[in-house]
Amino acid sequence: GYAVIAINGETLTSRKMPDGTQALAYLQNPDNYPLNIRFGKPKLSINEKITLASTFHSMYAIACKLSPVSNSSGIEVLETGTFRLSCYQTLTGIKFVVITDQHQPNMNPLLRKIYEIYTDYALKNPFYSLDMPIRLELFDLNLQRALEAAEKNQQYNANIPNSTI
Amino acid sequence: MGVRMIEDFLARTNVGRCHDFRDTADIIAKNGFKTFLGITPNVTNWSSDGKEFSLILDNNPLTEFVELPENHTSLSFSNLLCGALRGALEMVQMEVEVWFVQDSLKGDDTTEIRLKFIKKLEDALPDGED
Repeated sequence: GYAVIAINGETLTSRKMPDGTQALAYLQNPDNYPLNIRFGKPKLSINEKITLASTFHSMYAIACKLSPVSNSSGIEVLETGTFRLSCYQTLTGIKFVVITDQHQPNMNPLLRKIYEIYTDYALKNPFYSLDMPIRLELFDLNLQRALEAAEKNQQYNANIPNSTI
Repeated sequence: MGVRMIEDFLARTNVGRCHDFRDTADIIAKNGFKTFLGITPNVTNWSSDGKEFSLILDNNPLTEFVELPENHTSLSFSNLLCGALRGALEMVQMEVEVWFVQDSLKGDDTTEIRLKFIKKLEDALPDGED
């Protein structure tokens, strides 16, 4: 299923245009025609991301147990037909997850860079509580910069990474 | 503070997991203290079972310009060092007890912090553990 994600270039959030009008009402009003509508896969909501991340956390643990050899790490790379997921777990149990297309080279440098950005801009912020979603401007800003730098170096096509505990 | 500092330390240095408490002691003294306070305390006074050791600080950067006032002569001024060490080690699944044995701010000769290993917290990482 596809969903409407933008009308006339303005991205919709929960069925409303940026100025607050209901999207359906806007579409029905003939004064607004002609319209440019963009369809696509709707982005995951925050709650969906949290649910998927905790599922991944469990799968990571299962992967460690499945190994025929002892002392195995968990899932490092997960590949599908359309994307590749790379994961890095710190010694303290925090996992950093990056989703890219299948042709990307090793993601470990980027994952370590994201770890550094997390310690600098999330942990050093006195208002950030551990285990909560990170809604910090500096963190987002620096994360965006790191992703752009990585893109320039090697033509990435990375989604905004998720970090989980 | 220790809880957050450990991530900063791990993100920047590439040290892997410590194999035993002696490794931990060395890394705390040589890397940890060096990174955050710029000093390298000495690791001494190991107990016979290898579960306790002392850190001797020649000069405590926190108290460089500090003097305890008259009515607070028993104040543990640098106690946050103990808390930070305890928090940081807890995040890497080691429970320890940390306290000051001597404090030059209170008139002793040197500053000595003692660390005692209580137990390993097993319910943490799902990775293969040793």
